[in-house]
Amino acid sequence: MIAQEIYNALQERFADALLEAKLDGVLNPWIKVAPDRIKDVAQFLRDDERLAFDSLMCLSGMDYTGGTLGVVYHLHSMQWNHKITLKVDVPVDNPHVQSVASVWRTANWHEREAYDMFGIIFDGHPDLRRILMPYDWVGHPLRKDYQVPEFYNGMKVPY
Amino acid sequence: MNTAITATEQETRPVTVPGFGRHLKSEEMVVNMGPQHPSTHGVLRLELIVDGEIIVDAIPHIGYLHRCFEKHAEHMVNYQQVIPYCDRMDYVAAMNAEFGYVVACEKLLNIKVPERVEYIRVIMAEFQRIASHLIAIGTYGLDIGAFTPFLFCMRDREAILDIFEQTCGARLLYNYMWIGGLSHDVPVNFADKVKTFIKRFRGTIKELNDLLSYNKIFIERTANVGVLPADVAINCGASGPVLRGSGVKWDLRKNDPYSIYDRFDFEIPVGKGLKGTVGDCWDRYMVRVQEMEQSLNIIEQAVDKLPPGDVQAAIPKRIRPDAGEVYVRTETPKGELGYYIVADGTTSPFRVKVRAPCFVNLSLLPTITRGAMIADVVAILGSIDIVLGEVDR
Repeated sequence: MIAQEIYNALQERFADALLEAKLDGVLNPWIKVAPDRIKDVAQFLRDDERLAFDSLMCLSGMDYTGGTLGVVYHLHSMQWNHKITLKVDVPVDNPHVQSVASVWRTANWHEREAYDMFGIIFDGHPDLRRILMPYDWVGHPLRKDYQVPEFYNGMKVPY
Repeated sequence: MNTAITATEQETRPVTVPGFGRHLKSEEMVVNMGPQHPSTHGVLRLELIVDGEIIVDAIPHIGYLHRCFEKHAEHMVNYQQVIPYCDRMDYVAAMNAEFGYVVACEKLLNIKVPERVEYIRVIMAEFQRIASHLIAIGTYGLDIGAFTPFLFCMRDREAILDIFEQTCGARLLYNYMWIGGLSHDVPVNFADKVKTFIKRFRGTIKELNDLLSYNKIFIERTANVGVLPADVAINCGASGPVLRGSGVKWDLRKNDPYSIYDRFDFEIPVGKGLKGTVGDCWDRYMVRVQEMEQSLNIIEQAVDKLPPGDVQAAIPKRIRPDAGEVYVRTETPKGELGYYIVADGTTSPFRVKVRAPCFVNLSLLPTITRGAMIADVVAILGSIDIVLGEVDR
């Protein structure tokens, strides 16, 4: 299926959850989804036979600056060999996104990483802890406005 | 020792391990494995919750080697400067890590590189795949208790590193593939050296099979251990030999070709459960051995066809892609390495996210270790073949 057909299939079911789409003229066509509907959309994309997105290639946290965080999902179907990118935008003061860890288990660690690095909170995640930074680290390092703390547990942070 | 137990005591004591005497008490305890442990292949800490010898749960703790690759990439002055950092992610397969990054950047910039560059890149990437698999196989034998194959593997890896050194001067971290080309052309007599190596290495694979692959002790330790079913593997996002070991015929070089891989004739080895169940440790191991042979086939074809020409495309001095984004994935020895690069029209990337194959493959460790013995954890971890530099980035 090409991106337009995938978009049409989604439009039938989730007309209210699709916010924006860019399907031609870009390297990776993408569809923007509402943060509180992403799990249903993901479940549909995986289970529908025409779509069958059985693998989540990548899940990335984003900081678009200007008070917007985001999550980008790169999906691929091994069965039909087609791809689509989903995007979710959330405000930085209320960064809640539905977790898709129950749909693709790959998402478990990727969402933990996005939480660790950007402070995006994934509702319904089975085990949302920091993964790369120490458990008692303060702040989310990949945010664009991140300031490196001077001390960590009384130790001077070099760099 | 008095083992007489009254009837009331017998009923109150928990019995969780089947087959053990009812008078034996069993309780869960936590065993820490790592971060300094020879079988964790780096600084990985596993929190094992065990009931006697049986693993109830395994919780990986990572991040000890986190070097802020993604933050560094955003703060580089230009796109080229990110390449040495890519090397340092999977430090035993640096060529493949560079390969993915430069392919992604070239796609973003919409430039085509000369034919010669493509061929040399493929040769180097396949050599690096063999070198990485040699480490995986050698250290796996070491984990299980076979010392000799490790020495054989390191000896032949050295020959590959010599070829790299003659080409670009570095043995481990190359900074060889640049956006739009390569840092150096191959040395004189390159084809002869490659062919000598291939001829000798085919013999080594036979030796390895005799020494390790079909060794009774090795099979006993790896067959039917850590079985990963194909549907779980796909849902967990496994890739590379871990996915193929489960019997899924999936290789990005064939199924989603990048560079010029569609021009070569090679097979995709998959796990067939020859010594046990499909998707066990032995299958994952054997896929790597067979992949080395396939890599030799690719190198042979590429060296024969190596066209003359320049090794640097004419690209602007200041690389400044238009605003846009790209997700490119390539097949590294460990699996699917993805780069998600977002450009904002300046000379440095706005965001570089790396989908590291080791990171994802390690995340399924708890799934396949539950119910195994403590000694099996070493066998399972070795069969996944992780490099902590890439897990933690």
